Amino acid sequence: MKPLFTQTASPTVRLLACMVLSFILISVDRTQGALGQVRSALSVMIYPVQYVVNLPVRAAGAVVTGLVARKSLVSDNERLYRENLMLQTRAQRFNALQEENRRLRLLLDSTPSGGDRVLIADLMAVSTRNSAHEVVLNKGQRNGVFVGQPVLDASGIMGQILHAGPFSSTGMLITDPRQAVPVMLNRTGLRAIAVGTESGLWLDVDFIPNNADVREGDLLVSSGMGGVFPAGYPVAEIISVRLDPADAFAIVRAQPSADLARARQVILVWPEETALATQAGDAEEIPP
Amino acid sequence: MKSAASYGGWIIPVSFIVALMLAALPVPDWALPWRPAWVAMVLAYWCLALPDRVGVVTGWLVGMFLDVQSGALLGQHALGLACVAYVFGTYHQRVRIFPVAQQALFVGFVTLAYQALMLAVDALAGVIIVPANLFAAVSTAVFWPWVFILMRDARRKVRLS
Repeated sequence: MKPLFTQTASPTVRLLACMVLSFILISVDRTQGALGQVRSALSVMIYPVQYVVNLPVRAAGAVVTGLVARKSLVSDNERLYRENLMLQTRAQRFNALQEENRRLRLLLDSTPSGGDRVLIADLMAVSTRNSAHEVVLNKGQRNGVFVGQPVLDASGIMGQILHAGPFSSTGMLITDPRQAVPVMLNRTGLRAIAVGTESGLWLDVDFIPNNADVREGDLLVSSGMGGVFPAGYPVAEIISVRLDPADAFAIVRAQPSADLARARQVILVWPEETALATQAGDAEEIPP
Repeated sequence: MKSAASYGGWIIPVSFIVALMLAALPVPDWALPWRPAWVAMVLAYWCLALPDRVGVVTGWLVGMFLDVQSGALLGQHALGLACVAYVFGTYHQRVRIFPVAQQALFVGFVTLAYQALMLAVDALAGVIIVPANLFAAVSTAVFWPWVFILMRDARRKVRLS
């Protein structure tokens, strides 16, 4: 039987079809982010590529670590032991404070705050289109990572998860201009929003009134508003305050507390998911 | 994409995977805009050498993978690479017989248009634009002769035609 089509589609037709499809995908991905599933599926195939690229960089690091002199190992060990001792001492007080906080909340009839579940992830040594403001982590949906999940490092909040594939995920740092963190001045309780800047070196702190009590060196912690970032974690330290009498708000710049440039391992947090369940009495509370 | 009749067909996906790996290689921040467009170069080679096998659709599919790997909007690089494949597929007869230096110039210009298109999509999407990315066209043109010779030798070795 003669084939129905004697001529396959010309390249121009194919190009037009691809262009239309691309435009549709770009607009959907831009506005709704509804293509998360597609991206996750494709990332399964991309993960081996990223893994192989990451391998030699990490292997080189491991070799260097293996060759470290015994003397520096001993001194590192002593330093970490002392640090650990101090942290344990503070943790003892923390447990007592947390219990007191829970009792006070119960007295006030407000929701008791649950413990935070955490997961440690490694940063993969791969570069992306937006490497200055995005990082790739080696944990994904298989480990429970979800889009919007807060990412922290040892010193403060780093950002949140932008895409989550089965094996790896992408985190957007707080210095990205698209990222805004609801913060609170630790000293006074004044609430503001810390937004990323194009340079990526500092954050702009918006909505601080001209007459507010704000000083250089003040610490900004997350206020927990918006439900994305857990409350109370350090976000940034104020480095400059400029007052313009014509403006209602002061121009404040802050430096992120997290060591964004040198972080190698990060912590993923599940903020307060057990609060409502505990009230209902059916789920178990995850211990802090 | 791959034909069962030819044994060397595997080199095409493998070359794209290697290009994706090169694109994922971490580089210092100052070098980021200067990175050659590896995936586009490999695609350009295959469109010149095997226009019947590698064309617009292959470029689009590879572009989707590049989108996911580089964290760009889905469809962004797919659009760009589909256009690159179209250009090289349409002019393959002429570009094939250019001397390598002239080919490099042509590749540089097509890459410039490709990067400009990526910048345009970035601008529309509200992502920060890095006009310095256009410099990638220069490094792509510089690396093209090397990539071309490498790919041609690889293709001849697996006897793909």
